[in-house]
Amino acid sequence: MKPEPVMDPFIELDRVEKVFDVRKKTGFLKRERRQVRAVDSISFTVARGEMVGYIGPNGAGKSTTIKMLTGILTPSGGRLRVAGIDPSRERTRLAHRIGVVFGQRTTLWWDLPLIDSYKLMHRMYRIPDGRYRENLDRLVEHLDLGALLDVPVRQLSLGQRMRGDIAAALLHDPEVLYLDEPTIGLDVISKAKVREFLRELNTERATTVLLTTHDLQDIEQLCSRVMVIDHGRMMYDGPLAGLHEVGESERTLVVDLERELPPIEAGPARVVKVEGPRQWLAFPAAESAAVLVARIAAEYPLVDLSVREPDIEAVIAKMYAEQAERAERAVS
Amino acid sequence: MGDTGALARRSALVEGLRAYRLIAGMWVRSSMTYRTSFVVTVFGNLLVTGLDFVAILLMFSQVDSLGGWSMPEVALLYGLSATAFGIADLVLGSMDVLGARIRDGSFDTLLVRPAPVLAQIGADRFALRRLGRITQGAVVLGYALVSVDVDWSAQKVLLVPVMLVSGAVIFCSLFVAGAAFQILVQDASEVQNAFTYGGNTLLQYPPSVFGKDLVRGVTFMLPLAFVNWVPAAYVLGRPYPIGLPEWAAFASPLVAAVCCASAGLAWRSGLRSYRSTGS
Repeated sequence: MKPEPVMDPFIELDRVEKVFDVRKKTGFLKRERRQVRAVDSISFTVARGEMVGYIGPNGAGKSTTIKMLTGILTPSGGRLRVAGIDPSRERTRLAHRIGVVFGQRTTLWWDLPLIDSYKLMHRMYRIPDGRYRENLDRLVEHLDLGALLDVPVRQLSLGQRMRGDIAAALLHDPEVLYLDEPTIGLDVISKAKVREFLRELNTERATTVLLTTHDLQDIEQLCSRVMVIDHGRMMYDGPLAGLHEVGESERTLVVDLERELPPIEAGPARVVKVEGPRQWLAFPAAESAAVLVARIAAEYPLVDLSVREPDIEAVIAKMYAEQAERAERAVS
Repeated sequence: MGDTGALARRSALVEGLRAYRLIAGMWVRSSMTYRTSFVVTVFGNLLVTGLDFVAILLMFSQVDSLGGWSMPEVALLYGLSATAFGIADLVLGSMDVLGARIRDGSFDTLLVRPAPVLAQIGADRFALRRLGRITQGAVVLGYALVSVDVDWSAQKVLLVPVMLVSGAVIFCSLFVAGAAFQILVQDASEVQNAFTYGGNTLLQYPPSVFGKDLVRGVTFMLPLAFVNWVPAAYVLGRPYPIGLPEWAAFASPLVAAVCCASAGLAWRSGLRSYRSTGS
């Protein structure tokens, strides 16, 4: 057997654009037409078996990209292929090869037992009986759904329903799984379960995974690669660690002192907020928190502390501001 | 290319019917989980649609004829329209939720399934309680057929099922065209209802009570008149308010086919515009 080529571009985007015509009401019947570039000349490839995080602020163009990848929307320009198929032209053919989970809306049947939704998938996707049984057993075991199969979906918790939705999207053995905010609104335990399952899916079955999220931890724990999009443009494509460098992001150290004190002075960290005995210090994400904590503990009466990871939105906002600044400098 | 195109279309039809059956089955099972509610709505439906005809009966307790048409004759119009509409309403009656589905984003989840979207949205909220409307229409139609004063020829007998099938297809086309319109204007479900439910109500009265311009519009523009007015006027041997050749009475299947094709085109262009605008 020949070894798999290192780079097998499973998803390919070449200068893909999506322009929306937005009609704005300007008077009683007058409308102004304006064009909005939701996705502005984006190019990337994802190899088979990769797990990629796709992040950006609301309205950045994430969902629009996912909708083009699944064939829901037709690109206005550029070239797009998934498994060699043009999604918008052969939507139903592609449907057999992809799985989609929309975090905020379930595709399960609200009033029926969970298993009924799976039986529908079985028939709608024409999954061979043996394969269906095998996949169902595996998914039920890994996603811990055994006790839930006969429960009407409306009675499931949000976390249970999300696991149920993920299973529904995987019964037909898709080669790629798109997840739109898969951990939104879930409690810590449910999040951990979902992440663990996705990691297994990716490593054991080599399913390509593309997920959008607001939760930086999803990316940290799952993705070796992250793509950042803002205003329809690709801002960053690479490992997560590199993102912090590029964005010069900062972590926050929250310190509770024994009593109210003047702002702490400690090296690269600077106090951003003081509220009674509690102080917030920002420090570069690349710096070690341990060193900083040791220094503060040595000089100040410390009661409690916690470290907050940089907010992904803040990282992106900062990156974007810099980009704009650079562009301005280039013009002048 | 022509052959494979035809083949692809046929398989899309088969796939569509299959998907429709699967999804409709799920909705029936869903409604059965609330058994009491199901029974109550079935009876409620029968009662409400029944009262509809009672209004006409009340009118005839005061007058002997409506626009020159006797009670059994009006009942014939009513029964034909109500039954044809009932069939369309059972098959595609929930297409007015399309706008809501687009607004809340759940329409997208249908687009990632390996089945024609029209079949999926057609089967949406499929409800057996709608059989109530068909039952009521059929009862009125049965009464009309036995009490109406007609010399039944073979052509006239044949026209009855032809009217029902063509009428159901015309109403179905109206539902589909309305759904296509809702893709463009998402809060237009009331506009759609005005044409479907409104059209049905209109056809339950004799054409002679309406102005000629309206009759012309309903004959040539939005050809609802071919559901019952035109063929029923022939069956009853009554003059149609605007001059039409005699063969027009048999044109319903043709009109239905044209409606069906136009609705299909409207749906396709609606879907295409959704997928290029995402609205």
